[in-house]
Amino acid sequence: MTAVRIFVPQDAAALAVGAGRVVSAIRAEALSRGLAIEIVRTGSRGMFWLEPLVEVDLPAGRIGYGKVTPKDVPGLFDAGFLQGGKHPLSVGIVADLPWLICQQRLTFARCGITAPLSLEDYQAHGGLVGLKAALAMAPAAIVEEVTKSGLRGRGGAGFPTGIKWRTAAAAEADRRYIVCNADEGDSGTFADRMLLEGDPFLLIEGMAIAGLAVGAEKGFVYIRSEYPHAFKTFYEAIRIAEEAGVLGSDILGSGKAFHLEARLGAGAYICGEETSLLESLEGKRGQVRKKPPLPAIEGLFNKPTVINNLLSLAAVPTILAEGADFYQAYGVGRSRGTMPIQLAGNIKHGGLIERAFGLTLRELVEDLGGGTLTGRPIRAVQVGGPLGAYWPTHLFDTCFEYEAFAAKGGMIGHGGIVVFDDTVDLARQARFALEFCAIESCGKCTPCRIGSTRGVEVMDRIMAGQDVVNQITLLQDLTELMRDGSLCALGGLTPMPVMSALTHFPEDFDRAPLAQAAE
Amino acid sequence: MSLIKEQDFGTPAVPLEKIGGELISLEIDGKEVLVPMGTSVMHAAAVAGVSVPKLCATDTLEAFGSCRLCLVEIEGRRGTPASCTTLVEPGMKVTTQNDRLAKLRRGVMELYISDHPLDCLTCSANGDCELQDMAGAVGLREVRYGYDGANHLRETKDQSNPYFTFEPSKCIVCSRCVRACEEVQGTFALTIQARGFDSKVSASAGELFLDSECVSCGACVDACPTATLMEKSVIDHGQPNRSVITTCAYCGVGCSFKAEMQGNTVVRMSPHKDGKANHGHSCVKGRFAWGYTTHRDRITKPMIRSSIHEPWQEVSWETAINHAASEFRRIQGKYGRNAIGGITSSRCTNEETFLVQKLIRAGFGNNNVDTCARVCHSPTGYGLKTAFGTSAGTQDFDSVMKSDVIMVIGANPTDGHPVFGSRLKKRLREGARLIVIDPRRIDLVRTPHVQAEYHLQLRPGTNVAVVNAIAHVIATEGMIDEAFVAERCDPADFAVWLDFIKRPENAPEAVEAMTGVPAAQIRGAARLYAMGGNGAIYYGLGVTEHSQGSTMVMGMANLAMATGNLGRDGVGVNPLRGQNNVQGACDMGSFPHELSGYRHVSDDATRHMFDQVWGVTLDKEPGLRIPNMLDAAVDGSFMGIYIQGEDIAQSDPNTQHVTAALAAMECVVIQDIFLNETANYAHVFLPGSSFLEKDGTFTNAERRISRVRKAIPPMAGKADWEVTVALAEALGYPMPYKHPSEIMDEIAALTPGFAGVSYDKLDAMGSIQWPCNDAAPQGTPTMHVNGFARGKGKFVVTAYVPTDERTGPRFPLLLTTGRILSQYNVGAQTRRTANSVWHDQDVLEIHPHDAEHRGIRDGDVVMLASRSGETALTARISERMQPGVVYTTFHHPLSGANVVTTDNSDWATNCPEYKVTAVEVRQTNHQSHWQEEYEQFRQDTRRIATVAAE
Repeated sequence: MTAVRIFVPQDAAALAVGAGRVVSAIRAEALSRGLAIEIVRTGSRGMFWLEPLVEVDLPAGRIGYGKVTPKDVPGLFDAGFLQGGKHPLSVGIVADLPWLICQQRLTFARCGITAPLSLEDYQAHGGLVGLKAALAMAPAAIVEEVTKSGLRGRGGAGFPTGIKWRTAAAAEADRRYIVCNADEGDSGTFADRMLLEGDPFLLIEGMAIAGLAVGAEKGFVYIRSEYPHAFKTFYEAIRIAEEAGVLGSDILGSGKAFHLEARLGAGAYICGEETSLLESLEGKRGQVRKKPPLPAIEGLFNKPTVINNLLSLAAVPTILAEGADFYQAYGVGRSRGTMPIQLAGNIKHGGLIERAFGLTLRELVEDLGGGTLTGRPIRAVQVGGPLGAYWPTHLFDTCFEYEAFAAKGGMIGHGGIVVFDDTVDLARQARFALEFCAIESCGKCTPCRIGSTRGVEVMDRIMAGQDVVNQITLLQDLTELMRDGSLCALGGLTPMPVMSALTHFPEDFDRAPLAQAAE
Repeated sequence: MSLIKEQDFGTPAVPLEKIGGELISLEIDGKEVLVPMGTSVMHAAAVAGVSVPKLCATDTLEAFGSCRLCLVEIEGRRGTPASCTTLVEPGMKVTTQNDRLAKLRRGVMELYISDHPLDCLTCSANGDCELQDMAGAVGLREVRYGYDGANHLRETKDQSNPYFTFEPSKCIVCSRCVRACEEVQGTFALTIQARGFDSKVSASAGELFLDSECVSCGACVDACPTATLMEKSVIDHGQPNRSVITTCAYCGVGCSFKAEMQGNTVVRMSPHKDGKANHGHSCVKGRFAWGYTTHRDRITKPMIRSSIHEPWQEVSWETAINHAASEFRRIQGKYGRNAIGGITSSRCTNEETFLVQKLIRAGFGNNNVDTCARVCHSPTGYGLKTAFGTSAGTQDFDSVMKSDVIMVIGANPTDGHPVFGSRLKKRLREGARLIVIDPRRIDLVRTPHVQAEYHLQLRPGTNVAVVNAIAHVIATEGMIDEAFVAERCDPADFAVWLDFIKRPENAPEAVEAMTGVPAAQIRGAARLYAMGGNGAIYYGLGVTEHSQGSTMVMGMANLAMATGNLGRDGVGVNPLRGQNNVQGACDMGSFPHELSGYRHVSDDATRHMFDQVWGVTLDKEPGLRIPNMLDAAVDGSFMGIYIQGEDIAQSDPNTQHVTAALAAMECVVIQDIFLNETANYAHVFLPGSSFLEKDGTFTNAERRISRVRKAIPPMAGKADWEVTVALAEALGYPMPYKHPSEIMDEIAALTPGFAGVSYDKLDAMGSIQWPCNDAAPQGTPTMHVNGFARGKGKFVVTAYVPTDERTGPRFPLLLTTGRILSQYNVGAQTRRTANSVWHDQDVLEIHPHDAEHRGIRDGDVVMLASRSGETALTARISERMQPGVVYTTFHHPLSGANVVTTDNSDWATNCPEYKVTAVEVRQTNHQSHWQEEYEQFRQDTRRIATVAAE
């Protein structure tokens, strides 16, 4: 009797809702029933509302059972789930679910399907093709390919990745570095974590290609300190890759070297800002550096450094494997390729969608996301993390891509979308943005260091109905100062949620004085 | 004269040669300006005469970009970039003033002032506060946030440092102090603690300044734009109103300072940014430890006594001078012309030193003149003159910024020459590599962001063996710069040397056991020095104060010549000279065998030139060196001495021999600002003047002649040079100088290397490095550029001869002596300042192994005994020492470090072998016999008779 293969995610989001206990229950039940099973731990498919999602490997495909609890396990066995038996939790063939069918998964193609730490699995599903292609190319040709693909920085700034690489490659130096920013701290984002846990070799491959392209033999991955599972998985993946010769001083027998190190972040949002991240990597406090010099010219340890977001680097193997034209064919306008979009907050179907740029905000949150979890009407969504704009429903037809978002005073950031229903108080959200900035500010520049704290105080007065008209003027002056005067994007973008809230939801700021309200 | 404030360009100037001389033209507020590529927009604006508001920027520190006051608009660019961090580009059009920028700047100031005390009128920085200036400049009129929000106004003040306070409530978190500590001083004692609004300047890990790693260099205080870091003297007195630019009277770095005054009161000593030796930096001594100049111990009235057992009698200048003169003449009459002599001072000016030796040669009629360089760098003079032809270091201090490999031998720059030490560390942080040769693990071996690649921790006394082994490796591994040697050095001498140095007894392996340095380390260090690019040697008294001090100096000169490390920037052989004017004292003809400019007294042409100008016939025979004078005194043939500003009873070796000699003399004349230890044996005391009280010049270790300017009148009524003039006149040899500038004119007329030096030129140029003459009218930063001063460089065979001072069963340990940061030399100055909070007694550092073996615990009182004598000290267990070696300092008279040191000395120059004394250390519960006796004697002999009421 051959063992039935069962797939259960090891992703932190699945573990948080009991995937580990479900695995134990399945093992115990199989043992007591004398059934041969093999449990494969995978990453997540990104359908968090279905986690823990248990999939059974059958000739027809993988049949899924969603939201499984340990209590459900005997019933699943009774229903013959090992043969795909019917059960209320059954979702049918997972790959055929509309949520997945409508996606264009390039970066997350393997996530949830393969065993994350199996290099064989990785290669069996198209892994290392990009790296092998890159090894056969001249460094400048790799840079050219990435430039042609139209790939832009997925961390939020949207700077063309190829140009950054070219700058680092052209800078004169005795050594260069590749740094991956995996300090994923935006609210409502989890794509980096999912990939580190679900398909770590993809990042390793992307970074090795980057190393070949710019002439760097050493890379660092700076992983958010609150991601212990991701760190552990990735750390192990590096070891495996080194053993297999994918990393090391002779990658895939090419004679070329690339070494990789995983570093646990320092636990500060500001360390996700690229120059603070470099300071932190060097063992210093995470404080923003002045620019120039650009990191591509003087970065880590004052050497030319490509510092890219994890999603940018993870897109690279596809570009090299399939060609720039293939990747470039996805998307709209100057936003090329696919974007892993993360739906969170008060939403029915929370999770990760990878699609070419071009859907509208409405299609994302209402059609794919299914509206709010509470069932109440959506009032606002915040896109791009805690420093992103709040969007009112009348702008929901905005196309999800860099330029269209910027034109409306917003940004796509790292692709996180947080949904709020009609009970949200946007004045409170504006205050939160300033409070977040006050807590996370590195303290170097004046507008951010003092301004964020004063901003919270101004919001408190507005919310208490004190001198509202003058305080709103002061708030506008302050946000203008923070926007134009801050050293980095933390202080510079904090005005975005504040002013979008004030612009689109002015009624929430028009408070009556507290004393009057009490009458 | 008014208060001098140097212009602050906001960011450092970009040296033209660094960027290949390319100038860029841009437009700032419609004004065209030309600046080097790499210059910031802010700096360019300052050059154009456009003042851009700023707070976190200052041109001694790299741009930081934190205050956001200096925002500007640039045509064709988005947003409002900070002008301090934005670099100029050709054709750039910059706007620094418009409504938008004004609003932003006012917004920044509004934020600052919303968290700042409103006590400007009573604030110690009132009148010297950049925050105040900027609030005015941007036209801040109201703070709409009010003053009730979160703030730091209740932060407590840290007054622990004796010289400055830290008042965090006034801090604007610009990080200038933190950056100064890192970039300028290189100590990394300060940091910003916490983040965001809670960000706060922190000394070490939130400690009091006094308890932290802070070395009180004052760089942070200088950098602070507000009253947050403030000199206590300014808090006490208020802002100064005039400045006098002068030169520090401590070590041989010779930092330029502004003495900032209110009337005749010094309010602050502020390092001068235009000073070419220090570029605006300072150390705890020069910056803060000047209080001794007005200490109650200052003697301001001349005194005489018939015997050292009598109390001193205060008398008029006339009485004292006439008494000294008649005593000297009496002694000469009784014991002969050569029975008297004198010692010039390395603490006094060139002019004063020149006068003292002139008085002795022309007035006393003999050449019995010597100076304290006898006991420190006389081997430098001898060794470098022999090898290169000039008795001085080869470089300027700035040269170190172009060195690739730096070899520090027997010197501890971070303590002894702190301002140079900071520059050295800066270069090391930029990537230069370091070799330390020292028996102790000095701080440089491992300090923040600096680590020596090689620390050759040799046994004291084996310098020459090590330097020969290094040369052996260079010679036998084919690393000699043949082209340099062929072109620049004497081939015959070289051939002899090469044959010698290649001998197997000089191999690292052969000397390993003797020196204690693993052969592989010597080989590695040799390869690094020879092949690592520009190699520079810096050395101190750990080289010279040995029985083979002169040999070692020549050994280093051999190394530099063999590797071609001479005659350009970044290389050289550089003594770090101890005293402010020890170079000058040597230059001025203080040695018994040399007239000014190191010309031998037996040279007829030179002597005749002096004969003519001085109107005398000089003796052609060299006179007595200090040790000879002392020996002769004990023998009864040397009976009178005139000592200006020197304390041989504390500083010279074998104290009991020195004091016996002094006690044997019939007339000891001391000229000093304090009753020093030598004055305990004196019959005439002539009150001296501090460096603040007179005009003159000092010459530092890089041959830099800098002006000393009178800030206040001499407390005793006469500057030191005037006292010598009066004594000369009383001896019947008039010296009618009206001002020290006239003395310098005479020096220039008589000394080829000084021919082009004058006070007018010094005033115009700030300072001049000799030689300065027709061949080099602007002076000479780097020596031997196109050839050696002596013609061809001379290789000298430097065979290693072990010292006679040997350890044995009775004295199994080696004592080596030195100094520490906060105290200076015999401590006469620094002990009379608050610097004593860091070092109130000399301690004996001993390795844990040696301590344990003897049952000694940290803090125990121990007896340190040698063949010369013994003294009791407190023990400090320290792993900076190697087993078998102990260390102490000689800053306190009753420590008696020199009771223990011996009469051994350098074979060529008699420089004492301070660095090697065989000793034993044992536990004790009492002071040594010498200490008990001397303490009593000291009390008796320092009495001053109270003047009876009339």
